[in-house]
Amino acid sequence: MEKFTKLTGVAAPLPMVNVDTDMIIPKQFLKTIKRSGLGRNLFDEMRYDEQGNEIADFVLNQPAWRDAEILVAGENFGCGSSREHAPWALLDFGIRCVIAPSFADIFYNNCFKNGILPIALPQEQVDLLMDEARKGANARLSVDLENQTITTTDGTQIGFDIDPFRKHCLLNGLDDIGLTLKKAAEIDAFEGRAQAQRPWV
Amino acid sequence: MTAPRTLYDKIWDDHLVHEDKDGTSLIYIDRHLVHEVTSPQAFEGLRMAGRDVRRPEYTIAVPDHNVPTTPDRAKGIENEESRIQVEALDRNARDFGVNYYPVNDIRQGIVHIIGPEQGWTLPGMTVVCGDSHTATHGAFGALAHGIGTSEVEHVLATQTLIQSKSKNMKVEITGSLPPGVTAKDITLSIIGETGTAGGTGHVIEYCGEAIRELSMEGRMTVCNMAIEGGARAGLIAPDEKTIEYVRGRPHAPKGAAWEAALAYWNTLYTDEGAHFDKVVTLHGEDIAPVVTWGTSPEDVLPVTGTVPDPAEFEGGKVEAARRALDYMGLEPGQRLQDIEIDTVFIGSCTNGRIEDLRAAAAILKGRKVKDGMRAMVVPGSGLVRAQAEEEGLAEIFEQAGFEWRMAGCSMCLAMNPDQLAPGERCAATSNRNFEGRQGRGGRTHLMSPAMAAAAAVTGRLTDVRELMPETV
Ligand code: SF4
Repeated sequence: MEKFTKLTGVAAPLPMVNVDTDMIIPKQFLKTIKRSGLGRNLFDEMRYDEQGNEIADFVLNQPAWRDAEILVAGENFGCGSSREHAPWALLDFGIRCVIAPSFADIFYNNCFKNGILPIALPQEQVDLLMDEARKGANARLSVDLENQTITTTDGTQIGFDIDPFRKHCLLNGLDDIGLTLKKAAEIDAFEGRAQAQRPWV
Repeated sequence: MTAPRTLYDKIWDDHLVHEDKDGTSLIYIDRHLVHEVTSPQAFEGLRMAGRDVRRPEYTIAVPDHNVPTTPDRAKGIENEESRIQVEALDRNARDFGVNYYPVNDIRQGIVHIIGPEQGWTLPGMTVVCGDSHTATHGAFGALAHGIGTSEVEHVLATQTLIQSKSKNMKVEITGSLPPGVTAKDITLSIIGETGTAGGTGHVIEYCGEAIRELSMEGRMTVCNMAIEGGARAGLIAPDEKTIEYVRGRPHAPKGAAWEAALAYWNTLYTDEGAHFDKVVTLHGEDIAPVVTWGTSPEDVLPVTGTVPDPAEFEGGKVEAARRALDYMGLEPGQRLQDIEIDTVFIGSCTNGRIEDLRAAAAILKGRKVKDGMRAMVVPGSGLVRAQAEEEGLAEIFEQAGFEWRMAGCSMCLAMNPDQLAPGERCAATSNRNFEGRQGRGGRTHLMSPAMAAAAAVTGRLTDVRELMPETV
């Protein structure tokens, strides 16, 4: 999993509540053998018309936000099915941070498994950041996980909460595998012992 | 200083990398088998995290579940999703440099058949695969079990698995098997006795005279279905037969390494007085040729029996049996031997090895498949197929009217085009008779290869002993 330390990037405003995982990645894209490659179909039904052409109005189709790395959204983001394809699609598109008043539980957990930082903030602060995001490429947000702050271009700083263990894992890029890899010295030592005991393996 | 240990305890202890206070353990994995269905997202995960396979030399990949088994399969896979999965494995295996047997390699076959065949599976190892029938490898005294896709990625990246230790269970089969009774009848009878949850939370060690008398192929059949009894894994202590099977295999140790291995393998047995949490004993003499009548592997009866009445069961099983009979299109009291069959499938990781083909061919020699029936043999690997051709078995099958297929999982789970039609009734040597397992609406009766061959000849469930060659 990729570390998350600091991120400065364009934030896309998506002022909708209850964005569900079906919207994030519709079910016809779940037949994939991959976790990657789903970015193309992120928000597919809002993003493309029936002929597959881009819908110009949709935020991620507008020049200012095509390369957005942060998403600012309404409450209960990520509700619906538990599909991990949703964070996979966001990540593949390039979104590393989602800011919203609240998140659906499973989606919230799935984000951490995939190196995405979900930040829950009071509504008025989200509103403020939503206004910033609407300014497009001229208003980048800076997210600093270590110091738990979001800074706007005019220097306004907003603090956020995060569980210390999750913070630790994100900062160090540790998922289950990452945690086991922290025991690399023990695994190495085991391999040394095993090599002596069972050299034919 | 150490207390007497079971075989499972010993293998566990020798693979323990780390143990937390709460018992959560990190276990080292000696062999990781990979197939196309459960691995794509795991490899993808590695790519996205920029990780390598820690031990590509311990990792063995083969496509088996989706591959067509028709002789013209070199032309490619028609079903797009199947083709994509196989192509993904191809690319992943090559990109990450793991051992790989592509579809057109003669060594290709069902992952649990080729592991032992190539000498990858050795006594005392830990073996995992993203597939529940990994238990098969326990026949070598290896601790072997299935894992999920996220664990596949974990093993690829770390060569370890996070585990908690299971309990010890002993299943002893005393005495000898009567003629016509095989390893498949043993393993089905055990599940019939203990139920599909009987082994839950346990690792089973199979022992006793009847197990010792089995060939390695037969022992693999027994361990293969440990999972159907709910166990995490099944084990059989290695002995002379194990060593003879392993000797000279492509990836078996050679020279001094072989000698060292032998010395270690000789320590792989359960110590006198070691504790088992659960013990089940069956008498070999009491085991008959069996078939399943329902939609759970525990729905087992001697072929001489009759379809049970759901009312004879207790609790939730009453409804389950009623539903099973309805699905299977059977009536209580019907003689099992009167049940007519449409299709015969011989193959799978349970019974797709050379000995299984020999047993079936022995029944089929000089006989014909009953008119109007569909019968197919799907060897478990390209090498099993080649050997069967060399021994003249393929000819016997073809003359009897069987289709002689290429290696793969085939109709065991019907992910490839080999499927039952709704209502079609099949005598199968595979391991699962679940609803829809062999195709939507398909009806599966599990049995041994010899019994399946007998059913092919008569067109109904048949007591193989009626057709046995005089010599037995
Ligand atoms: S033969 Fe059947 S049980 Fe065995 S690995 Fe293939 S699908 Fe699974």
